[in-house]
Parts: sequence; C-alpha cells; structure tokens
Amino acid sequence: MSVDRYEAVIGLEVHVHLGTRTKIFSASSTAFGEEPNSCTDPVCLGLPGALPVLNRAVVEAAVRLGLAVGSHIRPRCRFARKHYFYPDLPKGFQISQYEEPLCEGGAVEFRLTGESRKVRLTRIHLEDDAGKNIHDNSGVSFVDFNRAGVPLVEIVSEPDIRSADEAAEYMRALRALVRTLGISDGNMEEGSLRCDANVSLRLRGAEKLGTKAELKNINSFKHVREAIEHEIRRQTAVLDRGEAVVQETRLWDPDRGLSQSMRSKEHAHDYRYFPEPDLPPLAVDQDWIARARASLPELPESRFRRYTETLGLSAQDAGVLTSEREIADYFDAAAKACAAPAKKVANWIINEVLARVSDPRALAAADLPVQPAALAELVDLVEKGTLSGKLGKDVFGRMWQEKRRAGEIVASESVAVVSDAGLIEETCKRIVAAHPDEVARYKAGQSKLLGFFVGKVMKEMAGKANPKTANEIMQRLLG
Amino acid sequence: MAWPQVAGVSIADLADGVRARKWKARDLVESYLDRIARLDGRLGCYLLVDADGARARADQVDAALAAGRDPGPLAGVPIGLKDIFVTRGLETTAGSKILRGFVPPYESTVSTRLAAAGAIALGKLNMDEFAMGSSNENSAFKPVHNPWDLERVPGGSSGGSAASVAASLCAGSLGTDTGGSIRQPASLCGIAGMKPTYGRVSRYGVIAFASSLDHPGPFGRTVEDVAALLEVIAGHDELDATSIPSPAGRYREACAAGLAGMRVGVPEEYFQSGMDPEVEAAVREAIDQIAREGAKLVPVSLPHTKYAVATYYLVCTAEASSNLARYDGVRFGHRTAEASSLDELYSKTRGEGFGAEPKRRIILGTYVLRSGYYEAYYGKALRVRRKIADDFRAVFEKCDVLATPTSPTAAFKLGERMADPLQMYLADIYTVAPALAGVPALSQCCGFTKNNLPIGLQIIGPPLGEEAVFRVGGEYQRRTDWHKRLPKDPS
Repeated sequence: MSVDRYEAVIGLEVHVHLGTRTKIFSASSTAFGEEPNSCTDPVCLGLPGALPVLNRAVVEAAVRLGLAVGSHIRPRCRFARKHYFYPDLPKGFQISQYEEPLCEGGAVEFRLTGESRKVRLTRIHLEDDAGKNIHDNSGVSFVDFNRAGVPLVEIVSEPDIRSADEAAEYMRALRALVRTLGISDGNMEEGSLRCDANVSLRLRGAEKLGTKAELKNINSFKHVREAIEHEIRRQTAVLDRGEAVVQETRLWDPDRGLSQSMRSKEHAHDYRYFPEPDLPPLAVDQDWIARARASLPELPESRFRRYTETLGLSAQDAGVLTSEREIADYFDAAAKACAAPAKKVANWIINEVLARVSDPRALAAADLPVQPAALAELVDLVEKGTLSGKLGKDVFGRMWQEKRRAGEIVASESVAVVSDAGLIEETCKRIVAAHPDEVARYKAGQSKLLGFFVGKVMKEMAGKANPKTANEIMQRLLG
Repeated sequence: MAWPQVAGVSIADLADGVRARKWKARDLVESYLDRIARLDGRLGCYLLVDADGARARADQVDAALAAGRDPGPLAGVPIGLKDIFVTRGLETTAGSKILRGFVPPYESTVSTRLAAAGAIALGKLNMDEFAMGSSNENSAFKPVHNPWDLERVPGGSSGGSAASVAASLCAGSLGTDTGGSIRQPASLCGIAGMKPTYGRVSRYGVIAFASSLDHPGPFGRTVEDVAALLEVIAGHDELDATSIPSPAGRYREACAAGLAGMRVGVPEEYFQSGMDPEVEAAVREAIDQIAREGAKLVPVSLPHTKYAVATYYLVCTAEASSNLARYDGVRFGHRTAEASSLDELYSKTRGEGFGAEPKRRIILGTYVLRSGYYEAYYGKALRVRRKIADDFRAVFEKCDVLATPTSPTAAFKLGERMADPLQMYLADIYTVAPALAGVPALSQCCGFTKNNLPIGLQIIGPPLGEEAVFRVGGEYQRRTDWHKRLPKDPS
C-alpha cells in the first residue's frame, strides 16, 4: 500500500459558539459552567407555545465574520427547521438555515509550513445549539439544557483541504479570526469550536471526487489531525484491498484513536427541512453591513503581512505573534511604546513573555505582571546599553516576580551596566595579569580565549560591565 | 343566595355593571361558576375550572374598584380560555393525553393581556386534540355537546370555547383558528367569533398546531363582544416574531359606524353545490338584508378556492408534524412507563400519548416534508397558497369585505362523521382559504334551520381590515335579532 497513490480531499464544517450575552432565540444567559438547567427559559426548553425571537447581536457577529472572510451577505435570508429526535434537542428540530444562508462564498487564508493557503467557503449560517446529555455510572441519563439555544455559526468549507495538517491549520486560522473579531472565545475545551470533517480519497491526478465519509465529534486541533490521518489510512486500506469506501457518518473516539460507523447513507437522517414559520425572513440592509464593515479590527492575515512586510519580522516570528489575538495586541502595544526596532520587542515577547504564561490569552489580563509599556521600557534600557542582555533578562524576571518597572529596579538597586571605561579597563588589567598562561595561549593563536577573559571580567564585576566595552578593552590589552 | 342573572348579558354590560358597582365581580364569577357546576356535566365545555383562582382575581377587581382604581375595560368579565393557551400554574393539555399533567411555568401573551384588562379566567376549555378537528370529538378527554341540541357537535376545534359562550358558561372566550376552528364552531353554536389577520394577535404561549396558520381570536355572544375582546388582545408582541408591529384598532367604534359606502363582495365559489339549502337560503337572505341596509353588493370570484382544502392539508400537516416533534416524553407531559431503548421511549410515549387525528397528521406531514418530495408537496402548496392570497388581494380592489356562509351545514350529529376524515375535512371548505391568506374573518349568527340549529354568516376583510368587517357585522347584528336567541339550559 502507498499513501502517496491517493490524494485526500477534505472539507470541514466548523461550528463556532458566538459569544453573545444571551441566546440566539431567547433571553437566557449563555454563560458556561453554570448549574445545569439554570440558564433556561420556555423557548430554549422547547416548551409548548414558546416562540423564537432572533437576537440581533447574533446576526451582527455573523455578518462581521462573513465580511472578514469576504462572503457575500445575503440581503434576505431565512431560517429553516432541521428535524431529528434526540433527548438533548428540545424542539425535535434545530433552527438552522438551509436554502438561504446568511453568508455565501468567501475564503480563509492561512499559512501551512510557510506556504500561503486559501480554503474557499461554501457558506456561513446561523443555528441554535442543542443541550448536553450526561450519563452517570448507574445507567441514568440526564440532560442539561444550558447550552440549548446558544448561538452557533456553521462555517462550511469547500473540499479544498488536502491533508490533516492543513485541516488543523485551517481550524487554527478560523479560531484566531473569530477571536480577533471578538465574536467568540474559540474555547475548544468548552466546546465553543467543534468540527465535522468530510474526507474522501482519489487517485493522484484524478478529477472526480471519491466517496466520502463524514467524521463527527472532533473538538480539538489535535483531534482534527488524528481523526483525519486515521481516516485517510482507513480509506487507503479499503481502496488498496480493491473495495469501495462506503458513504457513511463515523463518530471519532479520541480516547481510542479510532472512528466507528454511526449510520450509512441508507440510514441517513431525513432532516425534512422546511422554512421556519415562526421567524420571518431576515433582512440585512446595506447600512447594517456598512456599519459592521467599519467595525472590523485588523485581521490576523493582514497583521501577519504588516509584521513581515512593514516591520521586517521573520515569517516564523510573525506567525507566533499572530497566532493569538492577545499576543499580537500585546506586541503592537509594546512596539508602539518602544524606541527599539520591532524585531527586538518580538524577541522579548517570544523568548521571555510567552515562556512565562501557560495560556497566551493571559496577555490581555489587567493583572499581567509585565504590561506592554513596561516591557517596552526594559527593551529600550537594553538597547541603549543601560542593561546588558543578561542583566535585562534578570531584570525582566524580577519585573515579573515583583511587578515592578525596569527603571525602578535599575535606579534603586544599581543593577545598571557599568560603562565607565576606566573602571572596566582596571578590571581587565587585573584579569590579564592574573592569567599569564592563557595570555600566552591567546597570543599563540587561540583567539577563542577572548571569551574566557571577558567572562572573568563580567564575573568580577557581578555581570554589570557593559559587555561591548569589556570586549573592546580586552581585545586591545591582549593586542 | 341568588347570583346576578348572567345568561345572555353582553360583555359591555357586565363590565359596565362592575365598574358602576351595580354588581361585584365576585358575584358575577359565582354566578358563572354556579352555571358551570349545574350545566357543564351535560355540555362538556370545561377541561378545568379554576374556581379558587377566579374568585381570588374577582376579589382583586372588587378591591381595586373599592380603592378607586380602574381595573380595566373588561373589569370582572368572566371568560374562558381554550386549553391551547398556556396558563402559569394551571394544567394545560391542548386536549391531548400527551400533555396531561403539564403545568406551564409561563403565561400566554393574550391571557396576560385579558387579565391586565380586568377579565377573569374561569378555566380551560375543551377542544379537539391539538386543535385538529371540526367537531370537538377529537378531544382526548370528552366530547362537547352543542347547547342547541345535545346530540350534535359544537364544531371544532374550539368547540368548548364556542359552546361555553352559547350556553352562558362564560361571557366570552378565546379560541384559535387554523383552518376554521373559531368561525365554524361559532357558526354551529349561534354566536360570533373572529379569526383576525395573521399576526394581529400574538401566538406567544399558544400551543402550536400549524404555525403559519394559527390565529388566536375571540368568541362572544355578540359582534361587539368580540370587538371588545379583540381590542384588548390585539397589538404587537415582541415575543412573537410574526406579530404585526402596529397597535390594535378601534373595533367597538367600527361596529357602530354603519354601512355607508361599503361594498360587499359575494364570491361565486362560496355558493356552489354541497351546501345545505337551508344554510344557503339564510346566508343569501342575510346578504340581501345587508344590501337593503345600504351596502353595495359586488359579484366577485376567487378562482383558486377549489385548491384551498388540499393546500391547507399539505401546509398544516407539514407544520404539525414539526410542531408535535417536541412531545417526546423527555421534558414534560406523558412519558411511557417502560422503555428499553431511546427509540422505544419515543415510539411508546408518542404512540400512547397522541390520539388518532394527530397521528394521522404527523404521518401525512412527515411524508409531505421528506427529502425529494418537498417541492412536489410543500413547495407547491406554498405557491398555491400565494395564488389564494393573490385572489383575495385582487377582489379587495373591488370591494371592502366579502360575505359568505361559514359552514356548508348546520351542526351535525355526534359520531356522524368520525368514520370519514375526508367528509370531516370538508366542513372547513369555506373557512380554509381566508386562513391560508391570513385575512380577517368573522362568523356571526344569521338564522336557524327548521330544527332550530344556528346558521353562520362569514364576513371576510382584507389584511388588517378588521374594522371593515366589524362595520358590516355590527350593522347587520343591529338590524337583526338572531344573536338574542339563547339555547335552553340543559336539564
């Protein structure tokens, strides 16, 4: 068998919770982690006689997303009922959009191992989430309807994705996008971002699509990659045996690292879509679209281009900085407050700041020990030579620990670099006099020993000597 | 003690009497409760009588008056609610076993508005299960008997709402009309009932049968009573996205505005074979009288009328199959005693909980909506529905209202049509087209058969043309005495 014989063709359906305060069709809270069934009301519980009323903040959020990916926003769209029976689905149908979605077309741009990629979108539509079944050990099942009615956008891609890695990067890009837009926390642990994957294989070079399987229940970047890789291997084996892939829906089991068939095409749900009669068609006028467009922040991809093209950052650094909205915001704020080149600020953030937080979203926290302006101050002290790189790192550590500004630490504890050439020269002379053997070896050509001498000087001066000055003086003394 | 004599007294007179302190709201309530206790055993109008709640609310109205506050235009008026309106803390079943024991934690918009206007709900009225039926025989609990002849049906699905007003077991009531469920029972019980424009009255808290067709509306002994109730319940409700964002009209004033300049269309399609000759004669005489009182008659045609019943049964079954999906035994209502799997929980719960008619419609509607057939059935039905609405739009260029019969026959006998659903569906033949078009339509009494069974006249208006309807209906009623006849109390 050979994986390379086949090309994978993958399309993703990504569900994103929109972070509105209230539900899509009623006024209860969307808060996560509350007491089960405490954030409910007659509408989201599907009680008889309750009627949905559309939350305009939800539409606003989806329109912003549509504009950010270049979708066409339909001036008039409709909701539709999608029917199936399940205990967590209170009405016996989901209110979704079918023939007339809010957004059509558009594309998501991102990079895969340095290469620029573009995945086209079929559509983005609105729908309500279902509740959650909870099974306990005694065989009793419960349903928590707090999640029922939480607004979702479903982002349906064209089958433009060719690998598991690309699928994961696409998901990351979407997550960064919705977080930058401020329309979702993109929190995968809380189920704010979930995906189904349609995977098929075809012989390399073939035009015609193969038979696809739909993978459900994928809820982390890691699972996206694992589930798709597994599915590609599974279908490859089927095809290599000369068999046909069965069109079916498969449930990904992340614990066991495999998928199981849920239902075949013959047993596929007939969702019996029809226009939701309780909701009139939704009109989104040009004014509304214009206001939404005007409110768009700088998006991750244009930030990336600005960082690489205008600020001269490497693609790798720009990639790290734009991977989370909070990192990029932090970087922008620090770079703005700093006289030193942006590249220097980027290094400090990547090497020092990010090393100290487990979740980069913490960079937006008001109680973050080192705020962007404080970092900028430190970077400037280092760049001016007031602090050596080594000292700067120490000072940063203390800033983080003690929540103090760099200037304050330097002023109060004389940790600044000694740039007094006379003082440094005295020390250098002492070191040279104390190490005649090394001097002789240096003079015999072992120029690497310069580091040894400078190191001794730095040690003698408790690391406070300006390393550049010490280097120059030592070189001169050693002749 | 002797309570006030309430049989046949109008809503306006009752409210005026309470506000003038001629009688106490509490005494009115006692009077109706006494009639219910004595008579409803033979009639079957009420599924639930909330005597304590009604007394408490009546006392509040009396206390408000004593304190010099105005309890509202319907001060102390005892009313009944079809059991399709959800009532906080009061069991609401929609006439179905599947909802037995369901006590809603919230209240419908219209019952809230009635209470705020001072009306006093006496209880929940019997109905065909989930409003599916034209005889009230599909109630899962008991049939309703027509007060004019206990052997006969009151019509449906709001049979309890119509019969209770006819028998003076409440002064007015609320029902819902999906294909004729207010107008047809109003006709068969000799009272007035209106299906307003779609969206004119909020559906919030009204258990859905067919969402795009469900019209809540009032019943009253007189056209003015209907107008008085409609003034209170109509108007925009932000909890119903299909509610029309404009205030209620001045319907009582319209009832007295006279016929000057009114053009009354008479659609030929509503006077064709299949109608009982006695019904036709009475309706034609009523229309002639309206002309004699000053209206101009205009012969008109609604050419797509013949497709209305078929279209109606596609749309309403499709929507019903969807709306009834939520009765799954998980959150409320009936749940089967034992099930070994999820599928069995569903099939047994629904199999036990639903009666024959909802089952029939769920199956039909599921068929209509299935993948690949949507266009052939539901899609086509929606297109025909637009044609039917276009018919109305076109005729209302030429006339202000239409006058037609409400039902092709007077009340039929209990059991007579139960074996033949198609025959039952034809009872709706004159009422479904206005429902599909969403236009307002009133039924009021315009005569009696030889057997002393009431005959109904239907007056149909353009969208939001309730005032025009009330002008014609109000004037006709002022010139006739049919509404003054009362059925004998059953012994």
